[in-house]
Amino acid sequence: MKHNIRIVVNGDEYCLAVDPWKTLNEVIREDLNLTGTKLGCGTGDCGACAVIVDGKAVSSCLTLAVSVDGKSIKTVEGLAPSGEELHPIQESFVETGAIQCGFCTSGMEMAAFHLLSNNPSPTDLEIRKGLSGHLCRCTGYNQIVEAISLAANKMQGCHCKKEES
Amino acid sequence: MKEFSIVGKDVPRTDAEAKARGSALYTDDIRLPGTLHGRILRSPIAHGIIKNIDTSKALKLPGVKCVLTAEDTPKVKYGNWRLFPETQDEYPLAVDKVRFIGDEVAAVAAIDRDTAEEALDLIEVEYEELPAVFDVASSIAQGAPVIHEYCPSNISVNRKIKYGDIEKGFAESDYVREDTFKFQAISHAYLEPCSALAQVDLDGRITLWTSTQTPYIVQCLLASTLGMRENDIRIIKPYVGGGFGGKMELRTWEFCAALMAKKTGRPVKFTLDRQEEFLAGRRRHPMTIRSKVGFKKDGTLVSKDLRIQLDGGAYNAMGPTATFLCGNFGAMLYRYPNYRFLGEHIYTNKPPASAMRGFGAPQSLYASEVQMNIAAEELGIDPVDIRLKNAQVSGDKIPDVATISSCGFSESIQAVAEMSGWREKRKSLKPGQGIGIGCYSFISGGVFNWFNTQYPFSAAEVRVFSDGTAHLLTMASDIGQGSDTALKQILAEELGLRMEDIRLTTADTAMTPQGDLGTWGSRVTLMAGNAVIDAARKIKQQLFGAVSARFNLNVIHDIECKNGRVQATARHDYGMSFGDAVAMVQKANRGEPLVARGSYTPRGKGLVTPAFGFGAQIAEIEVDKETGLVKVKNMWTAHDCGTVINPRSVEGQLAGSIQMGLGYALSEQMIMDGGKTLSLDFADYKMPTAMDMPPSEVVHVDTFEPEGPMGAKETGEGLASPTAPAISEAVYHATGYRCKDLPITPEKILNATRDKAE
Repeated sequence: MKHNIRIVVNGDEYCLAVDPWKTLNEVIREDLNLTGTKLGCGTGDCGACAVIVDGKAVSSCLTLAVSVDGKSIKTVEGLAPSGEELHPIQESFVETGAIQCGFCTSGMEMAAFHLLSNNPSPTDLEIRKGLSGHLCRCTGYNQIVEAISLAANKMQGCHCKKEES
Repeated sequence: MKEFSIVGKDVPRTDAEAKARGSALYTDDIRLPGTLHGRILRSPIAHGIIKNIDTSKALKLPGVKCVLTAEDTPKVKYGNWRLFPETQDEYPLAVDKVRFIGDEVAAVAAIDRDTAEEALDLIEVEYEELPAVFDVASSIAQGAPVIHEYCPSNISVNRKIKYGDIEKGFAESDYVREDTFKFQAISHAYLEPCSALAQVDLDGRITLWTSTQTPYIVQCLLASTLGMRENDIRIIKPYVGGGFGGKMELRTWEFCAALMAKKTGRPVKFTLDRQEEFLAGRRRHPMTIRSKVGFKKDGTLVSKDLRIQLDGGAYNAMGPTATFLCGNFGAMLYRYPNYRFLGEHIYTNKPPASAMRGFGAPQSLYASEVQMNIAAEELGIDPVDIRLKNAQVSGDKIPDVATISSCGFSESIQAVAEMSGWREKRKSLKPGQGIGIGCYSFISGGVFNWFNTQYPFSAAEVRVFSDGTAHLLTMASDIGQGSDTALKQILAEELGLRMEDIRLTTADTAMTPQGDLGTWGSRVTLMAGNAVIDAARKIKQQLFGAVSARFNLNVIHDIECKNGRVQATARHDYGMSFGDAVAMVQKANRGEPLVARGSYTPRGKGLVTPAFGFGAQIAEIEVDKETGLVKVKNMWTAHDCGTVINPRSVEGQLAGSIQMGLGYALSEQMIMDGGKTLSLDFADYKMPTAMDMPPSEVVHVDTFEPEGPMGAKETGEGLASPTAPAISEAVYHATGYRCKDLPITPEKILNATRDKAE
């Protein structure tokens, strides 16, 4: 039997009838057609499916859709403030070369969003810890770490390079 | 060196914004109304005869629209080595026999994935199990089960290279040693699982969107396996989430999607899950390498005898190429006056190995480099010095293997030794700390035409417009490495335009010019780049003619495309905007659009590659005495990739290679129980994370490759090789444990150091 759920995704409200075994990833990708959120493993190991649920970063592949009833969700499509502008995190990923194949990118950006929401000026090590649940096979991570550090500066309106500790 | 205005500059990637927004569409992101979802039934046994398949129950399940077994297909064998049809050993769906756990037996398409999955359980397959072999020694032993009827020895390919006289060489050597090395299988572990979506056009043409590195190869092999004509198949490569060699063949799901779309009249999509990728996916070859080398007392190399057995798994896949390349790489880096290679590709009842970043080089060069380090120690020579003594240089020729036109190898070794503080650290590091060196050479695309293409190796079409823009069409496939950006840069540079003036259509076999052999062997920048330049120069000829006529220029004037203008080089006022020049050519040709085709096929460069990249890497590590865990503290790299087209992309390739090399050296392996792959998820398959990555410093050695576009050659694939031997030498320096069977696990280090202590 399907369950009715009401969720707010990127500010838009949706009422959906979902099978109890459907994951949030399936609902986001298949029902809402928000395909920026990826599915890399289905076991919560790679982080490509990360979204923000009520302020917390979760693996959408391990989250049942019925469990997010009434909650507010942000996906990569909800990061940019408008169609034309990019979010500072996205800008930084573009500028630092943190994107190669791009399949891990939306998950990485959501991890960065979550990290910077809770810790606006993270150290290099804190960024790496924040990314430790996310796999990338192309970049070797260093440019992603650089991107998040740059984004932190941008979001604080300061373009000076921060001291690392 | 020539000053460029766009090439070599820090230009953001052309696809970065779409990827950052999440709007870049990968195959599984494409939605077509009425799409059916496919799943594949795989063999649970390693070797057996299919006695019977009963699909009747599956077909009765509501929502199931199509079930395929080999009986529903034309049963045409395929494989990438079309030049040698006997090597084409694979059917899209198993015919009569299964040869590994995961071999594809049947496929289902249903209204949704869950229904298709459920239907798989309803297909009844009766097997007669056969004895199976899981390693090369058992496979070539007397009386071993035959895996393919055509190949009773189970040795499907052998490759020999020989020059000089190795026996004489060994007799003249002061120091001879022989070592055996063993290598594990590792996974490409691209983040995007394979996916394919097929649709039949109104007139019967099949369009297949697929996560591939090689649209043209998929087009040809899909046509032959379906019994259709090439032009009846259109392959479109959307954004691809990494490949590393694992997506360069026709695969079962591509075939099934196409055939099922034809049979059902509805679009059909297959997307693999990660477990399938690990269970049955292609992988890097496990190998056994026996290498005998002879040196003079002063460290001069005299002779090398290399024997390599590749554990190919159940099918050839790209194994024949890997077999050839192992022998080529074995002869690279240093001058071996006498050399002999015997490579054998051997079938086993395991998932097929295939091309993977480095294509034989990571194994072959690991053996070379570790032996170099052992020899250096035993001859009392510094590892850096013994390398400099034997290093290949520009102009070197190796019979049947290489003509080296540009080479910054010695410079790379010197640069990396200097930046790492090598000589000091070799002496002063504390016990448990170590520093080691590893080097590489790699091809810039292959010459040997195993696919037997009748087209140029790469092609480009350039269309220019009176609004001052250009449109580049090429089948070159960006799978994440950044070739779209590099090719745009090359065209913008050549035509004197800006990046934003170039529009791009790529990797669509119906729209982009034939041919292109795809993305593998680090071929794209050099080969597609040369094709782009060829097309651009034909455009420029026409534009120069218009300017020359308009300003009545003396024929001795040089004319250039620069800063959006076409102008006499010495008199910029004799010129006009790029768009006006295009309009003028069009007027002269009574309206004909200005379009040019360019192509590149290597000529006069032997059978291996038109150009080689080189480099050296040093790793500094620390080993935890209690746990045996290796922490890589620093990496230094100096490499020679010719002209750097896009610095950020080159840095990214380098860092990605280090990540993969780190995994290969220390943690990654496909753990097998006989024919069954046990590492089926990322929790069990240990890939380095952001926490594992060391700081890294890099120097690009300044070289210019005459055969490359604007002097460029390979980068990023060769770098998959030096990391493991560098770390291995550093571990030896730190602990005295010399690893000859990767990966260097804490267990192996502890066992070795404990033995020593006792």
